[in-house]
Amino acid sequence: MGQSLQKEKSVNNKERYWQKNLQYLAVLLAIWFVASFGCSILFVNQLDQIKIGGFHLGFWFAQQGSIYVFVLLIFIYVLLMNRLDKKHGLDDQSEGLKRKAEPKSNPEVESVE
Amino acid sequence: MSIQIWTFILVGLSFAIYIGIAIWSKATTTSDFYVAGESIPPIVNGMATAADWMSAASFISMAGLISFMGRDGSVYLMGWTGGYVLLALLLAPYLRKFGKYTVPDFVGDRYYSQTARFVAVICAIFVSFTYVAGQMRGVGIVFSRFLNVGINNGVLIGMGIVFFYAVLGGMKGITYTQVAQYCVLIFAYLVPAIFISLLMTGNLIPQLGFGGKLADGSMYLLERLDGLSRELGFNTYTSGQKSTVDIFFITAALMIGTSGLPHVIVRFYTVPKASDARSSAGWALLFIAILYTTAPAVAAFARTNLLTMTANRSYQDVPQWFKNWEKTGLIKFEDKNGDGVIQYRGPRAEVENELTIDRDIMVLANPEIAKLPNWVVGLVAAGGLAAALSTAAGLLLVISASIAHDLLKNGLMPDIDDHQELMYARLAAGVAICIAGYFSLEIPLLGIKPPGFVAQVVAFAFGLAAASFFPAIIMGIFSKRMNKEGAITGMVIGLAFTASYIIYFKFINPLANQPQHWWFGISPEGIGTLGMCLNLVSSLIVSSLTPQPPEEVQELVEYIRIPSEPDRAEAS
Repeated sequence: MGQSLQKEKSVNNKERYWQKNLQYLAVLLAIWFVASFGCSILFVNQLDQIKIGGFHLGFWFAQQGSIYVFVLLIFIYVLLMNRLDKKHGLDDQSEGLKRKAEPKSNPEVESVE
Repeated sequence: MSIQIWTFILVGLSFAIYIGIAIWSKATTTSDFYVAGESIPPIVNGMATAADWMSAASFISMAGLISFMGRDGSVYLMGWTGGYVLLALLLAPYLRKFGKYTVPDFVGDRYYSQTARFVAVICAIFVSFTYVAGQMRGVGIVFSRFLNVGINNGVLIGMGIVFFYAVLGGMKGITYTQVAQYCVLIFAYLVPAIFISLLMTGNLIPQLGFGGKLADGSMYLLERLDGLSRELGFNTYTSGQKSTVDIFFITAALMIGTSGLPHVIVRFYTVPKASDARSSAGWALLFIAILYTTAPAVAAFARTNLLTMTANRSYQDVPQWFKNWEKTGLIKFEDKNGDGVIQYRGPRAEVENELTIDRDIMVLANPEIAKLPNWVVGLVAAGGLAAALSTAAGLLLVISASIAHDLLKNGLMPDIDDHQELMYARLAAGVAICIAGYFSLEIPLLGIKPPGFVAQVVAFAFGLAAASFFPAIIMGIFSKRMNKEGAITGMVIGLAFTASYIIYFKFINPLANQPQHWWFGISPEGIGTLGMCLNLVSSLIVSSLTPQPPEEVQELVEYIRIPSEPDRAEAS
């Protein structure tokens, strides 16, 4: 009884973790889309009206800005997810250490042998 | 010292390093051979991924393409970087959690089907061979100009080097070699870029010099370039020519293709943990972005130089670099009006154009055009080779793993042990090198020119990867309902549609390759995006009409969604 309750709790925990992950994905991918397909393709001519230094803004986004945004997005996701993993107790930090102790990557197959 | 000697020294030195690393990091198990024993730290893997990723197309061709395309060149810049966001957010951590060695492994297990595995193997081999042919041509170009050995001999030397370290070291050898290759190639790319930026704009950082004023302070570099372009009848550099629809579809196909390319995905199997796969993708893109944000600056500098130095110059007093490259046939001058003056003109000019320049040489000739010291020219040659070889090695490994692991071990010959599998993997890598070499040697012999430039050949691999793998993997992670019937139908339809569209317009009826004949105005380069959509729609329809996947597959999906391990034991 107590065990099944605990199992249900762990299922809920994972479900909440996954939902939160999907939310992060939705927001970050929206930014990804706006920076690349939005600023650099669909609205490039409008943004080109604005000039910063020698750059037309749309041109800058298409050849420079979008790439900077991509790099930032991944590192933001890494930070968010590392926090989320810990919060839900689902992080894999300890496993890395455990794995280093046993060189083979697939413990189950090993134990069958 | 002459360019020739510097090139020999620098290329020889870098090759010695690669071979040394291969001997030091020899693979002893299949795990070493396929995924470097899952022991690569994320930053190191990021660097290796960057080298794996940045091919002859990125190093040699991309800036050249951009300098001829102007703003439209952004399809390559965004297309070949934006995919890493998809990779880091949607694929890498989950595939790493799944483990195993190859993309067909995932497809086969997730879709509980040998047929699905087989379709994935075919896709992987097809995509990788398309891509590897482009690399070998890149090697040939570098050799023919800098070492005077002829394109075919150049390809053979390149094959020998790759054979040595890919077959011996496997993924482990390749990873550490790629780290060295990244250092060589990024250094070789940045040094001339910084030099030229300083010369032309007085700014040390090319990304800033790109938007800065010319060194004499008279006007912005891009203004000058726009002005020169218009004067000579070319399109304005900072404005686009392609239709918005086409740009949209090409960019999307390249992005999605990037995240679906097996040789990129497999790099994320080599880190210890799922969370490492995420950060590793971030490092990879950071290392890639260093080159990719420099490339458009190089393109603009090179274009400005080229227009200033060749247009309306008397053929008698052309600079030395012009004559050097003329010998390779990559620059051609034809004095149509017989006045002894080079009229380099765009499509809008009234005077006929007399100069043809192969886009691929822009990066390689750039240091000579800017009159940089000889060692810089040699360095660029070493960098170009590093870029081509690192990518070729990564691709060959995918082909070898597809054959030895997916086709033999998990298909035709399930009884072979680890030791035999390793032998077959090495054998397959060897055969793959020979086939790749054969393609890049035989094509010119038969008088068939490889279609388009290096970057364009490579672009097809992306369309095919986007239309086949990407939806199957994404749905395999994000939908528990997706079943084998759906996934297989999707992959087959996506691949068949994309391949036939490209083959029709590029090989069967190249004359019809005009915007008015394209479907919805989408060029063959961008058709992979439509193929991907067809794949997705057909797989969703078919899977909703057929039974849902078995219980254990749904458990597998839950398992890969969570980075931590313990529940696996609980479930089994």
